[in-house]
Amino acid sequence: MTSEVYTLTVNGNDYQVVDGHSSESLLWVLRERLELSGSKNACEEGECGSCTVLLDGEIVCSCLVLAASAVGREITTIEGLGSEDEISDVQKAFVDAGAVQCGFCTPGLLVAIDQLLNSNPDPDDLTVREAISGNLCRCTGYGRILEAVRIASNNRTAQNEEEKSK
Amino acid sequence: MGVIIAKSVNEACAVLAENPATTVLAGGTDLMVQANRGTQSLESVLDLSRIPELKKWALEGSEIVFGAGISYTDLADPQIAALVPALTQAARTVGSPQIRNAGTLGGNLATASPAGDTIPVLVAMDAVLQLKSSTENREVAIADFITGVKTNALQAGEIIQSITMPVFQGPQEFLKVGTRNAMVISVVSLALVTDYSGRKLRVGVGSVSPVPFRATEAEEFISKEFDWETNSSLSEKVINKFSELVADATKPIDDHRGTAEYRKHAVGVLAKRALERVCAGERL
Ligand SMILES: Cc1cc2nc3c(=O)[nH]c(=O)nc-3n(C[C@H](O)[C@H](O)[C@H](O)COP(=O)(O)OP(=O)(O)OC[C@H]3O[C@@H](n4cnc5c(N)ncnc54)[C@H](O)[C@@H]3O)c2cc1C
Ligand code: FES
Ligand code: FES
Repeated sequence: MTSEVYTLTVNGNDYQVVDGHSSESLLWVLRERLELSGSKNACEEGECGSCTVLLDGEIVCSCLVLAASAVGREITTIEGLGSEDEISDVQKAFVDAGAVQCGFCTPGLLVAIDQLLNSNPDPDDLTVREAISGNLCRCTGYGRILEAVRIASNNRTAQNEEEKSK
Repeated sequence: MGVIIAKSVNEACAVLAENPATTVLAGGTDLMVQANRGTQSLESVLDLSRIPELKKWALEGSEIVFGAGISYTDLADPQIAALVPALTQAARTVGSPQIRNAGTLGGNLATASPAGDTIPVLVAMDAVLQLKSSTENREVAIADFITGVKTNALQAGEIIQSITMPVFQGPQEFLKVGTRNAMVISVVSLALVTDYSGRKLRVGVGSVSPVPFRATEAEEFISKEFDWETNSSLSEKVINKFSELVADATKPIDDHRGTAEYRKHAVGVLAKRALERVCAGERL
């Protein structure tokens, strides 16, 4: 047992992790030590994607990140999407499309889809399917999730056009 | 001692020399699964994931060199795909975007699973690994590096620094069979690499024996039959014979992913399909 004190940067804020055990995953630390329980734990083996976060801008499974090795990296979780008073465009699209049933897969999907649309605002269907192939949903059958991506993508594209024409 | 985040290969080797029992961590996609299950203790960890030199790749003459820390996502680079297409194809089939962002080539080799997807490709190409410790640099051929099911030739204090393979002229294919398209461990995998100048077809197979290997008898047969001027289609008889020779060379087992009989059948199908695609491939 090694007890450690280290600092993680999550959604732009620094958090001290005190008394952590050295084998703890980032997912565990986020949920159990930092009270950021938006990222979900279903498999702890990289299969389901419900724990998806951004590590320096790339999606990864936080259950497979050794927490103490993420010192100095920029971690973005579902709590970093949108703001206190307003949900993000992708979150809103999920609501509008009815893409949430039990909701367990939703945080991971939102992080993955937000990242996709940031890098490619108008992805084709195959690109979307590929981008969310690491996120399992046992409720929706994915139809409404794909619909939500389309809504968010159309809104972002329309917004970009509008800004260009200004 | 907790987690040490190394900034250079030399620093990493020095840390390992001092404490050889330290666990080396790259993308964590194999190691953390074990840690979460409680089967791997991570008391003392050396993280290689922030060493810039391990993430680079370069073309050196007629060879391509990859830092061991290159991720699957980075292996999908179109420039790499043009030089070693089978490796990019294999990288693209790994796990999911999340796994491909984190998982590395070096981690796949060190894990040395019979189902490691890059291994049949590297075996087909006779890749060489550059291993480094604080006192020694040595080279080991991929066929000698993987010594059994999940065992490798790394000695205490050593890391994989880079992996080198020839750039062959000619089409390449990597194919794998699994239960679905995403996030799937290979039940059978196969790499077919054409070498126009050596007039040789190279075949690596995975998940059909304890260690991925080259099907040399099948290679010799097909290299003689192949039309090296035009790549034109081969007769059905030749294709079937090739497929049989590949299947006969394998020693698959029954497990929860498939039976030995199924694996033998499937590897033959992959051999046939890869050969047909290579024949249909454009001459450069
Ligand atoms: C959901 C999921 C899906 C997967 N799908 C596939 C798949 O489709 N195909 C496939 O082949 N694999 C797959 N894997 C396995 C895994 O992603 C790969 O084997 C990956 O390449 C491991 O690399 P890593 O960097 O994550 O290794 P780590 O987990 O960091 O390390 C693995 C081992 O390698 C050692 N190691 C790592 N780098 C070095 C180095 N430079 N020198 C010495 N030792 C080193 C470590 O000490 C450890 O023993 C999957 C894993 C998961 C969780
Ligand atoms: S909990 Fe991390 S992928 Fe399932
Ligand atoms: S909504 Fe229940 S798992 Fe996706």
